Amino acid sequence: MLEQQLVNGVVLGATYALFAIGFTLMFGVMGVINLTYGVYFALGAFAALWSTQGLGLPIWAALPLGAAVAGVLAVAVDTLLLTRLRKAKAPELASLMVTLGATLFLYAGMAAALGTEIRRFPAGVFDGGAYSLGAVRIGGTQVLIFGAALVLVVALLALVRGSRLGLAIRAVAENPDAAALMGINGALMLRVVSFLSGAIGGAAGVLVGLNFNAIQPFMGEHMMLRGFAVIIVGGLGDLRGALLAGLLLGLAEVLTAAYLSSTLKDMIAFALLVATLWFRPLGLFGRAAAKRA
Amino acid sequence: MATPPPTGPLLAVEGLTRRFQGLVAVDAVDFAVAEGTVHGLIGPNGAGKTTLFNLVSGVLAPSAGSVRLDGRALDGLPPYRRTALGLARTFQNIRVFSEMTVLENVMTGLHTRLTAGWGILVRSPAFRAEERAAKARARDLLAFVGLAEAAGTRAGDLAYGDQRRLEIARALACEPRLVLLDEPAAGMNPAETHALLGLLRRLRDERGLTLLLVEHDMPLVMSLCDRLTVLNFGRRIADGTPAEVRAHPAVIEAYLGTGGHDAGPRAVPQSRGTAP
Amino acid sequence: MWEALDDFYWTYQSLIHGIGVNGILALSVYVVLAVGQLSLGQAAFMGVGAYTGALLSVKFGAPFALSMAAAAAVPALLALVVGGPTLRLTGVYLAIATIGLGEITRIVFLNWDYAGGALGLSGIPERGGVGAIYGTLAVLLAGLTLVARSRVGRAMEAMREDEAAAGVMGVNLPRYRLTALVASSAMAGVAGCLSAHVSSFIGPNEYGFEAAVTILSYALLGGIGSPLAPVLGATILTLLPEVLRPLADFRLMVNGLIIVLAVLFMPRGILPWRIARTG
Repeated sequence: MLEQQLVNGVVLGATYALFAIGFTLMFGVMGVINLTYGVYFALGAFAALWSTQGLGLPIWAALPLGAAVAGVLAVAVDTLLLTRLRKAKAPELASLMVTLGATLFLYAGMAAALGTEIRRFPAGVFDGGAYSLGAVRIGGTQVLIFGAALVLVVALLALVRGSRLGLAIRAVAENPDAAALMGINGALMLRVVSFLSGAIGGAAGVLVGLNFNAIQPFMGEHMMLRGFAVIIVGGLGDLRGALLAGLLLGLAEVLTAAYLSSTLKDMIAFALLVATLWFRPLGLFGRAAAKRA
Repeated sequence: MATPPPTGPLLAVEGLTRRFQGLVAVDAVDFAVAEGTVHGLIGPNGAGKTTLFNLVSGVLAPSAGSVRLDGRALDGLPPYRRTALGLARTFQNIRVFSEMTVLENVMTGLHTRLTAGWGILVRSPAFRAEERAAKARARDLLAFVGLAEAAGTRAGDLAYGDQRRLEIARALACEPRLVLLDEPAAGMNPAETHALLGLLRRLRDERGLTLLLVEHDMPLVMSLCDRLTVLNFGRRIADGTPAEVRAHPAVIEAYLGTGGHDAGPRAVPQSRGTAP
Repeated sequence: MWEALDDFYWTYQSLIHGIGVNGILALSVYVVLAVGQLSLGQAAFMGVGAYTGALLSVKFGAPFALSMAAAAAVPALLALVVGGPTLRLTGVYLAIATIGLGEITRIVFLNWDYAGGALGLSGIPERGGVGAIYGTLAVLLAGLTLVARSRVGRAMEAMREDEAAAGVMGVNLPRYRLTALVASSAMAGVAGCLSAHVSSFIGPNEYGFEAAVTILSYALLGGIGSPLAPVLGATILTLLPEVLRPLADFRLMVNGLIIVLAVLFMPRGILPWRIARTG
């Protein structure tokens, strides 16, 4: 029934929005599509899994831990691989290709080290019961996922739009040279953004892992298609666009699966991506940071 | 100084405006360039000169206004169409194709004038004849700018001044009626600048080309240009012959009076340049 | 003597096929890289070509020439639909759209029962073989070399070096990008069709992200100074796991590492020789 589907769609959409907002932030500030983003997503989920299984931590501690591990890896990848290209003012496709190679390396490495079988959180890692609103049933996990995604997205938007740090980040994104003249430490800001984006990707991984209770090294690869669709539909580099487009995609997928077919569901993201490129190439809201060639 | 011929202007710019996120880089600028003249575009740094060039050559789209070449509106046309219609340009920060040879760079400029299609795959006689002619034409242009010896050199290995001359040869290969030159003397020593001055004069006098020039080297501008347009903060503040512009109070106020390096009463170097 | 050669062929048959097919794939990604764009859809185009050709052969008994023609045409059409709108934008959009294409083709093949679904398509008749594979490779290599040494080759290299300057020189950028993408996807489709008709079986998971990145690594290792370079890269990367057996398990990691190292430290590839651009 429709209300139930809408609730499920909003929860799914919240995870897409969270995932995509970190991705688009990275592009907006660095000007690079960093394909390793899907790795942070999977790594965050694995770190949380390990901390609940191995360390017996509760989920509210495992979530930030997973996020932090992913954030640290993001900083490492950026420092090791992209700093050099940035200094050489290499073309954007060179950076994209480096992250592509790194992605393959990291995925294959994770698969070799962790195995490719699907893993699950230990039973009872989170049991919030379930709530009924009329005929609509909302699981405790869903409340946790939606709540956490909402808090993180709002916190990120507040940070970028309303704080001194956010002002400095936006200055670096707009014009790195001018920002340097104003005394902003550009290199530090890029690390901060790398960490924030990686951590958001990692947190999204934990929440999605929890939502489907399935964790696997290549989970990020499948999520990236959704990520691409959301950041293109929302407009490259546009945080609020990504938020809205993420919710839109979640709802569209759930409704398609419920009323049409579940195979078609997996194609919604791509259909939205291609349709946007044809009809609104700068995103639904037309505010993409990318310039026309 | 040559007096403009009585026909309509070759380039007419009207109300040209470009905004960047609230900042107006070029603000309702009007000017006209008569055929066969050298027209200078001057103004302090950040006055909007390079933006104006990008608008005229189609690299940037204007927020408002129009550009006409010999009466034909160029608005909305991509750069390659403008090139085919007779517009060519050089860049402020040198942009030769550095991996390609000097000859190949100039032959790339001939692109719109070559028509080879499927003949390429069978090396048809027509293709070979065209390619031979293109090579000869490119060599002529290199000789004209004094780079004949460097034809086989990798363009990126040329000296700075030579790269500027290569850019001019490459622009000439487009067979333009109007050439936009963005700071052609930047980074040149006095001898090179002097040689450049001679080259640009020959473009006008021997080839009948029309030049639109952005330049900071005032002695060069004053001795070369037939007419000047002065920009400041994106607006046109003066327009006229060099003598008129020099005497214009707004120009003295905004530009010549600032005491920047452009204002120095540097003499035109008289020594003959020894171009390599 | 002939017997020894025959033995050699039967022992290394699939490797010999693989080198030729991968050479064609390397050329297909070269065509796009040569105009300064990046397509990560080569594996998907290959898969679409493989399925198109194999379905025609298996289900309709079509002649091989028809399968090949369709295997070139269908991916080219797909490239127009997916890549077409990105060609007026920066290169990032094409890269994103083609990665998406790779993921979606996998899902389609996986769920398409008529084409065997998750089990893939088997019983593909053996057609073409070594002759067709290396014939195609030779024709493409020759054609691309001729194109490189002409006004088209000059325009392509100019675009790769400096798009804006190339546009000002009169190069019709969107048209060159589109032609390159369409030609590239057709080439990848042909490679897929040839490969399907020597391996008798194709499956939905052969044309995913890893395959796309591997194809790219051929061109990045070899370089794109001339059409020969990516083919050399493909040959090395196809032989490498055979020669160094222990590497086979880490093939994907090695490919990833090669891409990173090539872009950072060896942007001209291992064959940096640059083809002349005059005809």
